[in-house]
Parts: sequence; structure tokens; C-alpha cells
Amino acid sequence: MTTIVPRATPTTGTGARVAPAPAGRRPRRGTDWRKLFEIALLTGPAILIFFAFVILPVLLAAYYGFFKWKGFGPPTNFVGLDNYFIIFKDTAFHDALLHNGFIVVMSLILQGPVAVVVALLLNQKMHGRSVIRVLIFVPYVVSEVIVGTGWSLMLQTNGAVNGMLTKLGLPNVDWLSDPKVALWSLMIIISWKYIGFAVILFLAGLQSIPEELFEAAAIDGATYWQTQRRITLPLLGPTLRIWAFLSIIGALQLFDLVWIIWGQYVSSTAGTSTMATYMVSNGRMSGNYGFGNAVAVVLFLISLVIALVYQRFVLRRDTEGALTERKK
Amino acid sequence: MSAIPMAPPPVTTPLATAPRGRRRSGLDRAGLPTYLVALVFIAVCIGPVIYIVLGGFRTNAQITADPSGFPGPWEIGNYLEVLQSPIFWQQVGNSVVAATFTALGVVILGLMASYVLARYEFAGRGAMYSLFAAGLMFPITVAITPLYIMIRGLGLTDSLAGVILPQIAFGLPTTIIILVPFLRAIPKELEEAAAMDGASRLGFFFRMVVQLSLPGVVTTGILAFIASWNSYMLPLFILNNESSYTLPLGVQSFASQYSVDTARVLAFTSLSMVPAVIFFLIFQKRIVGGLTGAVKG
Repeated sequence: MTTIVPRATPTTGTGARVAPAPAGRRPRRGTDWRKLFEIALLTGPAILIFFAFVILPVLLAAYYGFFKWKGFGPPTNFVGLDNYFIIFKDTAFHDALLHNGFIVVMSLILQGPVAVVVALLLNQKMHGRSVIRVLIFVPYVVSEVIVGTGWSLMLQTNGAVNGMLTKLGLPNVDWLSDPKVALWSLMIIISWKYIGFAVILFLAGLQSIPEELFEAAAIDGATYWQTQRRITLPLLGPTLRIWAFLSIIGALQLFDLVWIIWGQYVSSTAGTSTMATYMVSNGRMSGNYGFGNAVAVVLFLISLVIALVYQRFVLRRDTEGALTERKK
Repeated sequence: MSAIPMAPPPVTTPLATAPRGRRRSGLDRAGLPTYLVALVFIAVCIGPVIYIVLGGFRTNAQITADPSGFPGPWEIGNYLEVLQSPIFWQQVGNSVVAATFTALGVVILGLMASYVLARYEFAGRGAMYSLFAAGLMFPITVAITPLYIMIRGLGLTDSLAGVILPQIAFGLPTTIIILVPFLRAIPKELEEAAAMDGASRLGFFFRMVVQLSLPGVVTTGILAFIASWNSYMLPLFILNNESSYTLPLGVQSFASQYSVDTARVLAFTSLSMVPAVIFFLIFQKRIVGGLTGAVKG
């Protein structure tokens, strides 16, 4: 580049000395405008599509939720908060909300401890380590439809599970339609599908704990259980809390498995309906789009509040530094 | 709102990059009980999957006589019938198209945006990152009703584009969260060297970043592919015509159409999971690493 040469040679003129950058240092390329253009060019498409298909629908839901609307033409029949009053008075919604609450709590209780124990056990030198990990993760990779179809066939009254119970001389169970049992069946299926994810996550968390801590504990004569309780579990804390967060959000939005196994009508009689299945049944499936959108808003707000509260009170600890004292 | 992965726990982050080999040196050697527990746990995890696959090799008479038994004799007719049915291949094709274009879109848009988020200094960068990361907390469920109305307004119902576009949008958060740390790790010196050689920042992006970030790109691409391959709720709303169905919808409609033909349903079901499982097995290290990396920040 020839243009550099005249700039680098020191000029003897008085005024010219002010402008050039110090010799040897490259002048900044382009102006801020150019940088802004690049930023816009590179992020524009992503932001556009994200706004169009993620943010805008949520805003539209808030708007449509104020109308009684069959989904054709622009909504005109403004009903204010009526949709919301109906939702909060509807016992079917109360049931769905209760089921979601049950699923949130039971997911944590059923999957958490088992996953921690399995992860602790697998975090040892053993043969076939990587194969074990892959196999544990398989249910998570298999789609909800396959899981739902497979399990509903296995749990039918004359299905494989009852077949095995008969072979073992145990009484058969009506897994899918008995309202006292169905929600537990759902919990079994959910735990089966998602526990592998928890185990893999915890294993990754365990591997990031420095080996020196265990060596130090061993030198101090700590037993295995003392080490796990005083070192491993506290240091696994951040991973546990993020897993719990993901699990809670997932449980609040649960739709696929319930819809595939029980469908629109059976889910309410078998007692496995969730807020999401309630939304689809009473919105799209009955052509009440205004109402369906109002349910979407309620679902969104419930998730948002729980997410924010959780972040404020639980996840915040992780950002403050557990080992390093960087207080104020 | 500050999103989950924005704040990596300070304890784990620096250590996660410690040399891999050293970490395991002092671990206990597993004893027999550990192997037993592992075996039981694995059996529970893959038992149902094996039931589905084996069930496809049985006849309905076998299944009725002993629902939890093994195939005897093995029957491949169910699989052959499914493999010969045009509707199955039509749905495979639809799933392939939807998943491929979703993965491409997610990767291209995600990489471009992540590059900016990782390597440009500008006001509002944190806000932009939080915006995308916040998307993680709100799966498609809350947006589906208005989304359906929008897609219908665009005239995209019954078309794969109506599934692909929203899937790209909903895939961006995970992609960006995985790729940003990846791109940030590309040494500054490399960019400076490229600048010395006269490459602009955009030139650096196209010539170097795209190649250097290939492992991360593959991870996110595969994740998006599998997510699309398995996705159910969005296609359920958008695709109403059997010839436009993707495999999950196909499995469901097949299962209700042939509800008495359990063996054939099981064969159809197992064949429909083959591509996702193969993809997973090939790329399992990357996928597991990418997922855990994304969650841990």
C-alpha cells in the first residue's frame, strides 16, 4: 500500500503534525458508521426473525387476549378482561394449574436425587464410561411423539407393563385412564425421558470440581460420604440450581407428551391436563382464539414470574462467587 | 432480565478449561456395585426404546399373547411394509427438508449475530445478548396461538416454510449462547494479524471465523436439526394436510389410523427415530458437550 508512505514520513509543516496517528500504530479502520453498518448487517437478520416469530407473537397474544374472537378478520369484539375472569373461574383451569404444580414439584423430587446419586456413581474410573453416557442420553434424544406412542402402547391395560406384572404375579393397573394413577404414569414417563439430561449435566458439573479438593479431603481423613456432603454437593450447587430452573420451566410448559398420550378429551377425564393442553383445547380446537391467547398470556406471566423470582433468589447466589471472596 | 447463562458461576468457569487428562487421575476406581447400578439404570433408560424396536419385529398375535415377550419367530414384514409405503417416505422427505433448512438458517443467522456479540464493542450489546438468551426461557408453547394466526395470515399453513421460519427464530437463543463463548475464544492476535494483512472485520469473519468456529457450528447445527426432527407442537398447528406432515405427525396419525395393528405402529415408530438417533450417536460428544456448555455458560 503506497498511501501509507507519505503519511508515515514526518512532515515539516506546522499544522500537519496534529492530525496523523503516532507512527507505527495502525489508524483505526473506518468510522463508527462503518462499525454500525457491520453490526446491523450481521445481527439484522437474526433480530428481525427473532422479533417477528418470538417477540411479536407474545405481544399479539396480549392484544388478542382482550377480544372475543373466532380468528377470522380483525378482532372487533373487545371484552376487556372477561377472558381472564373466565380463566380464573374455570375449574378445568384450576385442575390444569394444579397438575402443572404437581409436575413441577414431583419432577424435582423424583429426578434430582436419583440423578445426583447416579452421577456420583458414574463419576469414577470405569470401563465403558462413554458408552454408558450415550445410552443414558438416548431417551432425551428420542422425540416426544415416539416416547408418547411407545409408552402409551406399553401402558395400555393389555400392554407390556401389565404383561410383566402378570408374569411377576402382581395385579394389573389401569395406568392411563384411572385418574388416581394417570398423573403418576405421566410422572414416570417424564422422569424417564428427562433424567438422562440431568445426569449428563451433573456429570459435567462434577468434572469441573478440582481434583485437589478431593486429595486434600483424603489427606485430612474424610470419609467418602463426608467428602460428598462437604465438597461435592456444595460445589455442584450451581449446576443443580440451573438444572432445577430448566426443569421447572419445562414442566410449566408441558404439552407434547400429554397431548400425544391422552389427547384433548381424555387428558381432562384422566386428570393429566396442563395449562398448555387447556390452552389448545379451549383456544384453537374450539375456535376461540381470543380466549386461547388469554390463556397463553396467563401461562407466559406465570412462567415469567417464577423465572424472575427464581433468578432473583436462587440463581443470584451463583453470580456472587462461592469460593472467591469478592464481596464489595 | 438477566438470562441464565449470562452469569457463569465463577467457581466452575476457570476450572472447566483445565487440562482434561489431569482431572480424572485421582478418581476412585469403580467397584462391582457401581457397575450393577449403572447396568440397571441403563436398562431402564433404553428398555422402552428396545421394546419399540423389537415390537416391530413381532406379529400382532405374538404381542397379544405375550405383550412383554421377545419376537419369536422374528417377523420383518412390518418394517418392509412401512419402508414400501410412499407416505412414509413423503414424511421422511418433509422432515429432512424442514430440519435441514432449520439447521442452515439457525447456523447462518446465529453465527453472524454471535460474531457481533462476541467481538464488537458497542452500547446495547449486553441488552442484545439478554434479549436472545431470554428466549431460552419461553419455549414455543406460549407463542403458538398467535404464531399460528400469523403464519396463516402469511399464507404459509400446510407449507414447510411455515414451520421452518419460526423454528429458526426459536433455535437462535441456544445457538447464540453456544457460539458466543466459542467466538470469543478466537485469539485477538489472529484478528490483528488478519487486519495487518489488510482484511476488514467482515473479511476476517468470512475468511477465518467461519472456519475456526466449525466445531461449534456443527454442534449447534446438529442440535437444531434434531430439535426440528422431533418437533411436534408447531407442525401440529401449521400442517393440516397429511402430505405435508413431518414424521412426528406422521407417527401420530399412523398410530391412530392403525391402532389395532400395534406391530406396524411400532415398526413405523422405530423407523422414524432412526435418523435422529444416528445423528446423535455420530455427534454425541459434541452434542453433550454443547448442551452442558450452554447450560453452564
